[in-house]
Order: sequence, then C-alpha cells, then structure tokens
Amino acid sequence: MNYLEAIGRYFIMVWEVFKKPTKWPIMRSLILKEIDELIFGSLGIIIFISFFIGGVVTIQTALNLNSPLIPKSLIGFATRQSVILEFAPTFTSIIMAGKVGSYITSSIGTMKVTEQIDALEVMGVNSLNYLVFPKIIAMLMYPFAVALAMYVGIFGGWIAGAFGGYAPSGEFVKGLQLDFIPFHVTYAFIKTVVFAFVIATIPSYHGFYMKGGALEVGKASTTSFVWTSVVIIILNYILTQLLLG
Amino acid sequence: MIQVEDIHKSFGETHVLKGITTNFEKGKTNLVIGQSGSGKTVFLKCLLGLFEPEKGKICYNGQFYSELSISERRDLRQEMGMVFQGSALFDSMTVEGNVMFPLEMFTKQTRAEMKDRVDFVLERVNLVDAHKKFPSEISGGMKKRVAIARAIVMNPKYLFCDEPNSGLDPKTAILIDNLIQEITKEYNITTVINTHDMNSVMEIGEKIIFLKNGYKEWEGTNKEIFKTDNEAVTNFVYSSELFKKVRQMYIEERN
Repeated sequence: MNYLEAIGRYFIMVWEVFKKPTKWPIMRSLILKEIDELIFGSLGIIIFISFFIGGVVTIQTALNLNSPLIPKSLIGFATRQSVILEFAPTFTSIIMAGKVGSYITSSIGTMKVTEQIDALEVMGVNSLNYLVFPKIIAMLMYPFAVALAMYVGIFGGWIAGAFGGYAPSGEFVKGLQLDFIPFHVTYAFIKTVVFAFVIATIPSYHGFYMKGGALEVGKASTTSFVWTSVVIIILNYILTQLLLG
Repeated sequence: MIQVEDIHKSFGETHVLKGITTNFEKGKTNLVIGQSGSGKTVFLKCLLGLFEPEKGKICYNGQFYSELSISERRDLRQEMGMVFQGSALFDSMTVEGNVMFPLEMFTKQTRAEMKDRVDFVLERVNLVDAHKKFPSEISGGMKKRVAIARAIVMNPKYLFCDEPNSGLDPKTAILIDNLIQEITKEYNITTVINTHDMNSVMEIGEKIIFLKNGYKEWEGTNKEIFKTDNEAVTNFVYSSELFKKVRQMYIEERN
C-alpha cells in the first residue's frame, strides 16, 4: 500500500512540475546552471568509465574467442554492439543515478530540511516547477553525454585491442563497420531520454518528500539511488522488449 | 486583519489544533506562545496556507482562504511575508539575491528599480555592507535581518515570524523584536509571531494568545499577562526564578 501511495504521489509530483511555470528569464538561468551542474559536471566520470569499460569489453571478448576459425574482426563487432546497446546508455545511467541522483536528492532534501522550500511556497512560487523542471530540461542534454560515452567506449576498446595485441587495428575497425544497424543507435537514444527523465524526477521526489533532518537527507540519497537504479533496470528490460523484441 | 474561526488540524491520529478562534489586528504585533508541541508552528503554517485545516475558517481581510481558488491563494501568498525560525535563506544566492528574489519572481520592475528597493529594505534592517555576502558568511542575527528584509520587500499586508529570535544573544534578540515592531507600525502590517522568548512577550506582545495541547488557553496583552491568574499561563511565563521575582514585585507594588 505504501508503494502504491508513493507511486501515486510521484505521478502527482510530475504533474505539478509542469503547472504554474516560473518566469522565463529566471527559468533560463536555472536551466543553464543545471546543465552545467548535471551534464558538464559529469562528463569527466562518464569519459573515464566509458574508456575503461570499452577496453575491458574488448579484452574479455578477445580472451573468450580462442578458435582460429573466428575472425578477429568479431572483437570490434562485439565491442561496438556491447557499448552502443548497453554499456553507454544503461551502465552510464546507473553511474548517473549515483552521481547526479544523489546530488539532486541531497540538494532538494537540504532545502526541505532548512525550510527553503516552505519559503518558496509561502512566496507563492510553485516550488516543484522552480526546482525540478530545470533539472528535467537539463537532463535532455544527457543523450549528448551518452553519445560521447559511445565514442569514448569504442575508442577505449580500439586502444586496448590494437595496443594490447588482442586485435589488429584494421580487423577491429572492420568489425566496427560490420552489419551496422542504425536503429540500434536510435534504440539507445530512446532509452537514454527515458532514463534521463527517471534520473531527474525520482531523486527529486525523494528529496522533496523527505522528512527529518541531516541524517534523513543521507538516507534519502541512498534510497533514491536504489530506486532510480531499479526503475532504470526494469525500464531497460521493457524498452528492449518493445523496441528490439 | 486575520480572523480565525474554530480551526482543527490533525496528523493521522494526532489531533494538534483543537478548535482555535481568535483575531489578529492590523498594525499590531500579535504573539502566539506555548510550550514545544503545543501546536504553535502548525497554527502558523495553517495561517500561511501551508497546512489546510480539516475544520474551521481563516479569513484575511474578508477573504476566506478555503473559498479561494489555487491561483487566488497564490496571489494572497504574495501579500504575506514570512521569517522562518532558521531564516530559510537560499544558500546559493547572495544576501542581495535573496532579498531581490520575490521582486524578480513577481514584479516587472527594471533591474535598477529592484536594486533601489533592495538597498532600501536592507538599509531599513540596518544591513548596508552585506549585499554580496552569502548566507554562510554572515552571523545568525544578520541572517534574521536578511530574512526580515526579504519578507518585507514586497510590502506585505501580513508578516509571520516563527521564533524570530531563537538562537540569538539577548541584545540581538531585542533588536530583532524592536525591528519587527517598528516595521509593523510603519507599514501597518498584521504581524503574527510564534515565540518562546519571554522578553519578546513583555516587550512587544500587544496581543498574546497562549496555546496548550492544541487549545487556546488564554488571550490578552503583555500588561494583562502580569495580572492573570491562569495557572497554565503563569507556570509557563514565570517558569524562571527571575520572572517569578519580577511578578512578585509587581504584585507587591500593586498591593
């Protein structure tokens, strides 16, 4: 019953976010600030993780292909498919749920605890629109970060393959171009947009409706990470079934 | 003027406000006192519209809050100023940004007009050199002044203060009390203050209501509170030895 209540309250919150919009000049500056904080502030960790994940995928694939009958180009093919279909959109989103999600929950939760949200409401400001809407819009830039993750992941795979002696550069690149289906990229971006909305709204919900003090802010951040990850994993399954099944 | 008629508010099984009826007059500092857990903050949040009472009515200058549409309620809230217990300043904004915030949100003033207004109210609360400082860089007393400046920047008709001098030294607390009273008179605002501070009660309590376990136990002025025989009020107000002696002296002098 509590879960049903929470789900209902989440959807009411999402509805409220789009009501009584804040004045555009203020909203514009809030959106730009959030893009800087949520997207640009995360590029470093996204690039770092994607590079090494791409490298590890290449090494693991190469080590598991022992038969001389299997062409080395398959390593590039497997790396491309793994990175584009799963590692860039899903794995990066889980990382973002931790980094960005906990930031969103703790910043909104701290505002709640220190009565700053009450102060907004008393002034007649729609606090959900003021706080959550810029985050949702900023997260629309997230597919660009995932595109970068795809590129860096494949680049990491190529570096590991070519310089680690697992796959010659030419073979790896040949594999990258093998049987390329453009819809796979579209599928990855559709997933990314859905995950971006989840990453912006579920942590906001946990911050906005938290009760208690500083300790509860920490607990809310952890809970929000768990639930954001769970929802991303479930939606990943559903979207894959719908789009590729 | 704010008229409160028989308001009740519960949270689950806990009945916090149990039928409070009172009036808060314009141009007066109205104080709500009572022990922790007596329902003061819930009462104030009902007045602010942050909590909806289950029963009873709150009327602002003839407008019943429960009969207003959502947009009318938001318009009414723009006529309210609130000083929170912890000041509730926006951490990411400077002092100037905090005070300018309501003007940016709800007026069509130019930047220069807003700046003039902010300078005026900051000067009014005796803060002239703190414009570019962040809340984390100023003292508790200064935060309260900024919160008061932010509350009055839109020329509100109603000013609400939740324990405005909690955590302040006695001298700063008196300055804050006097400032609130001066502003109330100057702008003819209806001011409601939640407080535990007995100095505030004695100094600025033009009207006092005493809450106990969610009921209005007593109502009067700071002159009448000296004379009252209500045991709950005297136990609360004269809980310190100093105030007991002051009261004793007052009674002896009167006799």
